[in-house]
Amino acid sequence: MSRATSSNKQSLLSVRDLRVAYGGVVAVKGIDLEVGRGELVCLIGANGAGKTTTLKALAGMLRPAGGTIRYDGHAITRRRSYELVSLGIALVPEGRGIFGRLSVLENLKLGAYVRRDTLGVSQDLDRGFELFPRLAERRSQIAGTLSGGEQQMLAIARALMSRPRLLLLDEPSMGLAPIMVQRIFGTIRRIAAEGVTLLLVEQNARLALEISRRGYVMESGRVTLADEAAALLANPDVKRAYLGG
Amino acid sequence: MDIFLQQLINGLVLGSIYALIALGYTMVYGILELINFAHGEVTMMGAMICIAVMGALLSAGGLPAIVVLALGLAAAISICMVLGYSIERVAYRPLRGAPRLAPLITAIGMSIVLQNTAMLIWGKQYLTFPKLFEPQRYEWAGAHVTSLQILIVVLAITLMGALLLLVHRTRLGRAMRATAQSPELAGLMGINPNTVISFTFIIGAALGAVAGVMVSAYYGLAHYYMGFLLGLKAFTAAVLGGIGNVAGAMLGGMLLGIIESLGAGYIGPLTGGFLGSHYQDVFAFFVLIVMLVFRPSGLLGERVGERA
Ligand SMILES: Nc1ncnc2c1ncn2[C@@H]1O[C@H](COP(=O)(O)OP(=O)(O)O)[C@@H](O)[C@H]1O
Ligand SMILES: [Mg+2]
Repeated sequence: MSRATSSNKQSLLSVRDLRVAYGGVVAVKGIDLEVGRGELVCLIGANGAGKTTTLKALAGMLRPAGGTIRYDGHAITRRRSYELVSLGIALVPEGRGIFGRLSVLENLKLGAYVRRDTLGVSQDLDRGFELFPRLAERRSQIAGTLSGGEQQMLAIARALMSRPRLLLLDEPSMGLAPIMVQRIFGTIRRIAAEGVTLLLVEQNARLALEISRRGYVMESGRVTLADEAAALLANPDVKRAYLGG
Repeated sequence: MDIFLQQLINGLVLGSIYALIALGYTMVYGILELINFAHGEVTMMGAMICIAVMGALLSAGGLPAIVVLALGLAAAISICMVLGYSIERVAYRPLRGAPRLAPLITAIGMSIVLQNTAMLIWGKQYLTFPKLFEPQRYEWAGAHVTSLQILIVVLAITLMGALLLLVHRTRLGRAMRATAQSPELAGLMGINPNTVISFTFIIGAALGAVAGVMVSAYYGLAHYYMGFLLGLKAFTAAVLGGIGNVAGAMLGGMLLGIIESLGAGYIGPLTGGFLGSHYQDVFAFFVLIVMLVFRPSGLLGERVGERA
């Protein structure tokens, strides 16, 4: 564990003993996570392991039952999602959470809802369209009519509109064709290269570990492994359970 | 033929008023899936406050009629905005996430409180809307139109246009539509749902206040109990257009006004004088029942379940 746990001073996100429950059912049973500034870290694990629950708690959508979340030196454990956006935390939710009845452009503008710098917002809008030319072509289209891959691009582009410092991505490749998966991963790499700190949840463990610096493995609500991504890729247990042999 | 045009005009006037009130129901429903049954009472309060303030100003004297009307209207709008905000804070917010029956019961409770408050302040008698202007009457193709009718329709349409601009062209409007579609996702955009909900109640109440003043000016009367029937009709208009749909409330209001007015005009001749125009109110309930049975999603509404 020591190798994976970078020192607290550098951490942008630091999670201690996080517990999250749905009513009486405990889905996350006391986990520690550490994400350094500018780092790309992935969280992998089987369906139902508690990955989405973890991200929702980090983004303020679920109130933890226990533990602490520190972000940029502040305790944010009980903050609501709408308070966290202006602190620089953005979540791209599982299953392409877009506003299906609003236009592409309106979705993007909502991503910048907390920002008051009109000029910066319009510059970022242009950059978003540059990053995703497909969205530029479809800017006045109703978002619900986009293809699955385009909706995922929109969800990512929208999250970037808040100029996040910590971007949480929940299974961005889910249900996408291989070519689209490649494109989404290329985009994630680019975002990371621009200095945004990323916590990536993926079922596609191999791809996720290949682009990450470090990784965590979750099993039924607990972190069972934490290591450098390269070490996890070489780990026989990880290979057997998550990398198909 | 002449009665048709006349009733159509009367229907448009009534319909404009219903539409303004229906917007309050539909905007709240769109975001909270809650029927704010106290909204009719807010409208009543608007009428009563305006008349009371104008009465006080007139007896003090010295102000031109137009200023008296403007001040009465401003007082009605601002007090109703506070009322709309408070109703949500007191009666609905503590029950968010509670079973749907709970806020329905507090809504009815809130209506009773508002009615009784009005009764205690102004008594049980009718208040009369002061005669501020000599209304102009115009004749057109055998039908009569008054300047007041024109003013009501023009003002209502202007307000509806402004509301559409607000909902579709502003940051607050975007936040309202986002919250209506998915409060969870809206939160991830940094939108505080409580802010949006408060604004929705405040805007609805302001429109309701204007509508209340219009009704009392049109009929020349206001009464502590007027909010009940008016609210029920506007609710019908919202259901007719598709509850939750802003354009639907406008369409539903106009249609209901016209249906009522034509119905009242023709029910006598059609039943050989057996039923008279005082059966006007029946049409709204007939429309409500027909819609709820055959098309509960309304004319412009989407199927239930399409919400995110
Ligand atoms: N809304 C919910 N209510 C109750 N239990 C839930 C809810 N969402 C998820 N769970 C449960 O919590 C556990 C973790 O789920 P989740 O975080 O979605 O896992 P993952 O994202 O890793 O697939 C699962 O057992 C799941 O059944
Ligand atoms: Mg998940």
